[in-house]
Amino acid sequence: MQHTKDEFVETPVIDHPVECESPNDQVAEESLIGSNIKYLFVGVVFGIVFVKAEIISWYRIQEMFRLHSFHMYGVIGTAVVVGMISVFLIKKFSIKTMQGEKVIFHDKQFHWGNVIGALLFGLGWAITGACPGPLFAQIGSGFLVVIVTLVSAVAGTWVYGLLRDKLPH
Amino acid sequence: MLEILRQPWPWYVAGAMIGLTVPALLLLGNKHFGISSSLRHICAACIPANIPFFKYEWKKEAWNLFFVVGVLLGGTVATYFLSNPDPIVVSGKTVAALQELNIEVDHELMPASIFSFENLFSLRGLIFFVIGGFLVGFGTRYGGGCTSGHAIMGLSNLQWPSLIATCCFMAGGFIMVHLLFPWLMSL
Repeated sequence: MQHTKDEFVETPVIDHPVECESPNDQVAEESLIGSNIKYLFVGVVFGIVFVKAEIISWYRIQEMFRLHSFHMYGVIGTAVVVGMISVFLIKKFSIKTMQGEKVIFHDKQFHWGNVIGALLFGLGWAITGACPGPLFAQIGSGFLVVIVTLVSAVAGTWVYGLLRDKLPH
Repeated sequence: MLEILRQPWPWYVAGAMIGLTVPALLLLGNKHFGISSSLRHICAACIPANIPFFKYEWKKEAWNLFFVVGVLLGGTVATYFLSNPDPIVVSGKTVAALQELNIEVDHELMPASIFSFENLFSLRGLIFFVIGGFLVGFGTRYGGGCTSGHAIMGLSNLQWPSLIATCCFMAGGFIMVHLLFPWLMSL
């Protein structure tokens, strides 16, 4: 485990970039387009997988929460196992990034949002049939009405930012 | 080859590829897998409104926006070039349960009886698009991440808050489908 940014840990509710749950820890300078375009390609592969394995399907999410199909459990379970092994290997062999930097890991600090917020997200996941990733893939697949869902999700994020200090964490 | 790609991909192929996104992003440039953050960056870039939570150097996190644009384009590529000619196979039990709620199971990935523009200004539209989307955006940020950031990246890094969050995602989904959904569909 890395503890490079532990000084931030005092406040459970987070200050950027640690509070950003998927932070960019690269030290080397990046250009807006040139450096970032490779993530677009990773995203394309990811989006194809989402559609081809029918993870973006509203029916698959219904099946999952009705325990009528193993599919989604298989997908998430395999992803977690492969992710765990990858992270283990990166730590064990101190594998460096393409830029030759040490890979940084962050410990997450528990706060009550992990319960309340996660429950609310679960409710929304079951209605929309999508977590944030599939929302984008659904729009790309031609379900253009999902743009409304995405705009609502941005609005939800914004309202959280607005009310954050008043919410229990 | 193309024929194989056109078939629905099995869970172990999809799961492995999603899992490999974690080391891919880490090794490409110390980026942490997590998609809901993109929603926050959109707020920071477009409507920060002087809210401290959105005042940060979003351009440094712009990789996340490139990633989600890629996901959208990937959806287009898969649908228009690699689409499965056969109708989607839905579990018989789910079909029966949905029929009981008057949701017609069609052959697309999403039921047209819900996800169409005709429903936009109806009660269904309000529930499925507006309220559903709001819960996704509000809940993920309050919860500190979504399925990618918590369930996959967080669990890969053995973070117990992510385990709690993942269990709560699932609990929320079960509550919606089994307790609230029948009521919502009767409105």
